[in-house]
Amino acid sequence: MTTDPATTARSVRVVHPGFGATVQDLGRPGHAALGVGLSGAVDRRSLRLANRLVGNHEHAAVIEAPLGGLVLDFDHHATVALTGAPCPARAGGREADMYAPVRLAPGERLTVGTATEGLRLYLAVRGGLDLPPVLGSRSTDTLAGLGPARLAAGDLLPVGGLADGWPAADFAPQRRLPAEPVLRILPGPREDWFTPEALVALCTQPYTVTDQNDRVGMRLAGPFLERARTGELPSEAAVPGALQVPPSGQPILFLADHPVTGGYPVIAAVHEDDLPQAAQTRPGQTVRFRW
Amino acid sequence: MRILSYGTRALLAEVSGLDQVARLHAALRRHPLPGVLELVPAARTLLIRYDRVLTDRTRLVAALGALDLRAVPPVEAETVVIPVRYQGEDLPEVARLSGLTVPQVIARHTAATYQVAFCGFAPGFAYLTGVDPALRVPRRTVPRTRVPAGAVALADEFTGVYPRESPGGWQLLGSTELTLWNPAADPPSLLTPGTAVRFRDVTADGAEP
Repeated sequence: MTTDPATTARSVRVVHPGFGATVQDLGRPGHAALGVGLSGAVDRRSLRLANRLVGNHEHAAVIEAPLGGLVLDFDHHATVALTGAPCPARAGGREADMYAPVRLAPGERLTVGTATEGLRLYLAVRGGLDLPPVLGSRSTDTLAGLGPARLAAGDLLPVGGLADGWPAADFAPQRRLPAEPVLRILPGPREDWFTPEALVALCTQPYTVTDQNDRVGMRLAGPFLERARTGELPSEAAVPGALQVPPSGQPILFLADHPVTGGYPVIAAVHEDDLPQAAQTRPGQTVRFRW
Repeated sequence: MRILSYGTRALLAEVSGLDQVARLHAALRRHPLPGVLELVPAARTLLIRYDRVLTDRTRLVAALGALDLRAVPPVEAETVVIPVRYQGEDLPEVARLSGLTVPQVIARHTAATYQVAFCGFAPGFAYLTGVDPALRVPRRTVPRTRVPAGAVALADEFTGVYPRESPGGWQLLGSTELTLWNPAADPPSLLTPGTAVRFRDVTADGAEP
């Protein structure tokens, strides 16, 4: 066995997986026509930042941990970065900053506490997590059942070689997450299935994020969105950010693992640049929509 | 064709039906438009996902408007033959609903040539059109929580095969041992939009290996 660090297998051991953490990258585009959705990180901006802070390719696989709560042991000199929902953290006993590269020595432990605000924590390890890709991606699609299983205590996650060069920044300051995010929406494709009053109501009062909030989507509670026409819509393809309205009149915001096709009319779609904010809202928080 | 907006990076082209969707999908695969990343066919629509750096809504709408779908030749795809043991739990119910006998149901299901209109619901789940009008039966009033992989089923204007175990509300006619979904293969799904499909009755063949 060689001791050359370039060829020695490096890994991360999961001591505590938090609250349903998964492995995510930028997902598997290009397979929707076969019924396979994009999946990947719900907050793609935080995933890309975490990878940049450790010098990884942006599509390297990281850990997405709802509410944080991770405990990991490292067997190598590792560089990691935490982004997304702010969480208190310690690396080998030392306090570890968010949004900055953090060093760990072999045998050291990274302990991430519970998120103080926001919802999803991202943890990138320099080199990327090297689990077997499925259709070109290491993302766990929780709806389709593709990709690695959810993390469990005892898992050994191999670290790959998806780093190139060193990061240019050692800190990326982040604005605090807003208490009530304002999400820009664009009408369509089925805004004509709703009354003019529904289109106004969607933007006049806030919607509360219910506890049915996972990687597939977020059920919202607020003003009733009345249909202008009855009947069924033949199934059609959806995108992340779609606001689908079932007969309850309460919209569902589609996130990364949304169904590839859906049969309820989509009144509007959240602007893609505002989806990272939506991804960080917790049950009980309110959001506002703006045309 | 009606073009509907769908967020910042997609359009939905709505046409009159499955045949028009197939033609539009075929036309755009044969002559890809610059900046288009992905095409997702469904029952009446084709989702067009695009790179907003390389193209925009105006350019795409103009290019789509210039298409003449009548001039698009039908897609020539290979035919996949699926061997089926017609021993499904819902065969008697389908016979009752259609007013046919069970052997007549099987004969009509195997007589037709189907086409994959689109995929969805689950990875590799293909909606096959071309169902004999006599076999158009509604889905079950109470869906099953568990339908085994390989189940061959029927609902409304579609027939299909469950590629993996999943919940499902379609009427079960039988089962196949053919592998329809293999994520290590390229493409991972045996049935892709445009594929022609026939079912062959192997119920009477010898015992399973």
